Amino acid sequence: MQAFTQLTGIVAPLDRANVDTDMIIPKQFLKSIKRSGFGPNLFDELRYLDEGQPDADNSQRPLNMDFILNHQRYAGTSILLARDNFGCGSSREHAPWALMDYGIRCVIAPSFADIFYNNCFKNGILPITLLDEQVDALFEQTFANTGFALTIDLEAGLIKGAQGGEIAFSIDAFRRHCLLHGLDDIGLTLEQASFIKRYEEKRKAQAPWLFAD
Amino acid sequence: MAGKTLYDKLWDSHLVRQQEDGSCLIYIDRHLLHEVTSPQAFEGLRMAGRQPWRLDTNLATPDHNVPTTKHERSVGVDGIEDRVSKIQVVTLDENCDEFGITEFKMQDERQGIVHVVGPEQGATLPGMTVVCGDSHTATHGALGALAHGIGTSEVEHVLATQCLIQKKSKNMLVRVDGKLGKGVTAKDVVLAIIGEIGTAGGTGYAIEFAGQVFQDMSMEGRMTVCNMAIEGGARVGMVAVDQTTIDYVKGRPYAPKGAQWEMAVTNWQHLHSDVDAEFDHVLVMDGSLIAPQVTWGTSPEMVLPVSANVPNPRSEKDDVKAAGIERALTYMGLEGDQPITSIKLDRVFIGSCTNSRIEDLREAAAVVKGRQVASNLIQALVVPGSGLVKQQAEAEGLHTTFIEAGLEWREPGCSMCLAMNADKLGAGEHCASTSNRNFEGRQGFGGRTHLVSPAMAAAAAIAGHFVDVRDLV
Repeated sequence: MQAFTQLTGIVAPLDRANVDTDMIIPKQFLKSIKRSGFGPNLFDELRYLDEGQPDADNSQRPLNMDFILNHQRYAGTSILLARDNFGCGSSREHAPWALMDYGIRCVIAPSFADIFYNNCFKNGILPITLLDEQVDALFEQTFANTGFALTIDLEAGLIKGAQGGEIAFSIDAFRRHCLLHGLDDIGLTLEQASFIKRYEEKRKAQAPWLFAD
Repeated sequence: MAGKTLYDKLWDSHLVRQQEDGSCLIYIDRHLLHEVTSPQAFEGLRMAGRQPWRLDTNLATPDHNVPTTKHERSVGVDGIEDRVSKIQVVTLDENCDEFGITEFKMQDERQGIVHVVGPEQGATLPGMTVVCGDSHTATHGALGALAHGIGTSEVEHVLATQCLIQKKSKNMLVRVDGKLGKGVTAKDVVLAIIGEIGTAGGTGYAIEFAGQVFQDMSMEGRMTVCNMAIEGGARVGMVAVDQTTIDYVKGRPYAPKGAQWEMAVTNWQHLHSDVDAEFDHVLVMDGSLIAPQVTWGTSPEMVLPVSANVPNPRSEKDDVKAAGIERALTYMGLEGDQPITSIKLDRVFIGSCTNSRIEDLREAAAVVKGRQVASNLIQALVVPGSGLVKQQAEAEGLHTTFIEAGLEWREPGCSMCLAMNADKLGAGEHCASTSNRNFEGRQGFGGRTHLVSPAMAAAAAIAGHFVDVRDLV
C-alpha cells in the first residue's frame, strides 16, 4: 500500500450529503477483476451525460459541465471536500480504488459511512472527519478562492493552509501507523499467528461444531 | 457492573487479542464469497504467495451478475451473454477450484443470493462471526450471529488469517413493541425504523432489534430487518436467539448434528442481552402504529406510509435537507405534496437478499392470486433467492400463480436489485421494488426505485400504481 505522510493539493467541493458508493462507482464497472483503471469512471453518472459502459472510450463521452470534477479550477484535485455520511451503501472497495485511481488521496467530511471509512485505510486514502462548522468554512473558502489548496500532515495531525489557522484532526493510532508506513496489515496479523492458533484450540473445545475438519 | 449486550457477548467470544493501541483481532467463523468482491482478494493471495488459513470456513456462490433467464441459465456459464459478467463468474469458479474452496456453482440447485444461501444451508449459525464482501451481510445477524460486510482487502485478510482487525462498535437497541397490523410486514418495520433514525443514524453502532414485534417475527422476517441495518448506517444488525431461531436451524445441511447439536443449543441459549445490559442508544417504537411503507426519494430514509403525500421542500427549514429533497424529487420526477398512491409504475421487482425467501414469495403470491398485472406495466419480475427457494415455490405452485397473473418467474440471483445483469430499469422508469437501495441509478441508469414489501409490490403490480395492500387482503 502507498504510504501517506504529507499531501498538498487542490480541494474540490462535492456539496451534497449521503454520497453513496453506487454514485462513486456505478455497478457496471464492478465487473472488472482488477484493482486499477476505475478513475475515468469515478462519479460516472454525475460526471458524464450518457450512460457509461466498461469498455467505452470515455474521452468521447459528453461531459456534465455542472459537475465539479469537470470544472477547470479543480483540475488535478487530490483532496475531496464532502458532506455527511460520505460513502454510504455498498461495501464495494472499488469506491476507494476509483478515488485513488483518479488521484484523490484525502476526503474531508463531517461524517463517513463505516465500511467506506475502513476501506480507505486499506488503500492509502486518508478520510478526515471534521466538525460541521469546520467543513462549512472549508466549503466557503473553496468556493471563494480559485486554486484553493490545503496541506495535510498526517504525522502532525494537522490541516494547513485554511484561513483562520491550522485545523487539527485525529485518526485511530493503529490506522495512522499503517498509513504513515504503508504497511500491509495481513503481514502484521500473521505475526500474531501463535495467538490465532491458541484461540482456535480453545474455541474448538468450546464449540467443536465450528470446526468441520 | 452492568450486564453484557448480545453484541458484547459475541465480540468477547471472538476476541483473539487486543493490542495496546486498542485495535482488536477478531476471529471469523464463516466467510461467504461471491464473484464481484473476491477476484482481487484471490489475486492478492497469489501475488503474496499465501494460502487460505482455513478452507472449511469459506463458502462461495455467484449471485450478483448471474443471468436470471432460463435460456441463458440452461446452458451454464457458457450461456452468460454479457462477456464481462461471464469473466467474473468464471473467475470465481477458477479461484475456488484452485484454492479448494466450496462453491455452489451457477448450475448447482443450492446456488443463490449469498445471504439467502447461508442461513438456508445452516452455514451461518447462532454465535458465529460471519463476514462477506457485501454490505448486506448483517442479514445473518437474524440468527444471533455477529455479521457484517467487509471490503475486498478484508476479504483477502480473512482468507489469509481467519481474522479481522477491528474496533468495537457502540451498542444500540431498537425495541419495537406491540403487534403489527394486518398486511404490515418485516420490510415495513425496517423501513419505518430507517425513516426514524435516518440513513446515518446507526453509523458506529451495532444494532440489536428487540421487543414483541421481533419476538413474534419469523426467522425470514428477522433476516429482512437485519439485512437493512446498513441502510440505517449500522454495519451490524442482530436479534437474540430464541426457540424460533433454534427451530429454524435444526436439521439444515451445515447445522451441527447429534451430541454437537445438543451442545450447540445449550451454548446458544445464552445469546441474548442480559436484563441489566446497558446500551449507548435506545430507540423505542410502537409496532401497532406502523403502516405499509413506500420510499419516495433517493435514500432509504426518504420513506413514508403509503397514505402520505410526498414531502415539499418548501416546508423544510434546514437548507441542506431542503436541497436534498428538491434534488431527490427532480431525479424521481415527482412533485412536492403529491399523494404516494398517485405514483404510476413501469416495473415491479420482487426479489433481492432482502425479500426473495419463500415467505416473501408466498406473501406476494397471495396478493396477485386470481388477479392480473396492470396494463401500464412494462415488466413485473419475481426472482427467487436461491435454487432451493425456487424449488419450494414451484412445489407450492406459487410460480403458476405469478405466471397466470402476468409476472415473470426467473432463475435465482441478485438481479434487478443492483442491475449488474440484464435485469434493469430504463431511464425515468418507476419501479416498486422489494430490494434495499433506492439510490440514483442503482437499478439502472436514470431508474427510479421505490422500496416496498413484497405484498405492497404485488399490490402495486395489480393496480399499476401504489395502493395500500391492506385494502386488498
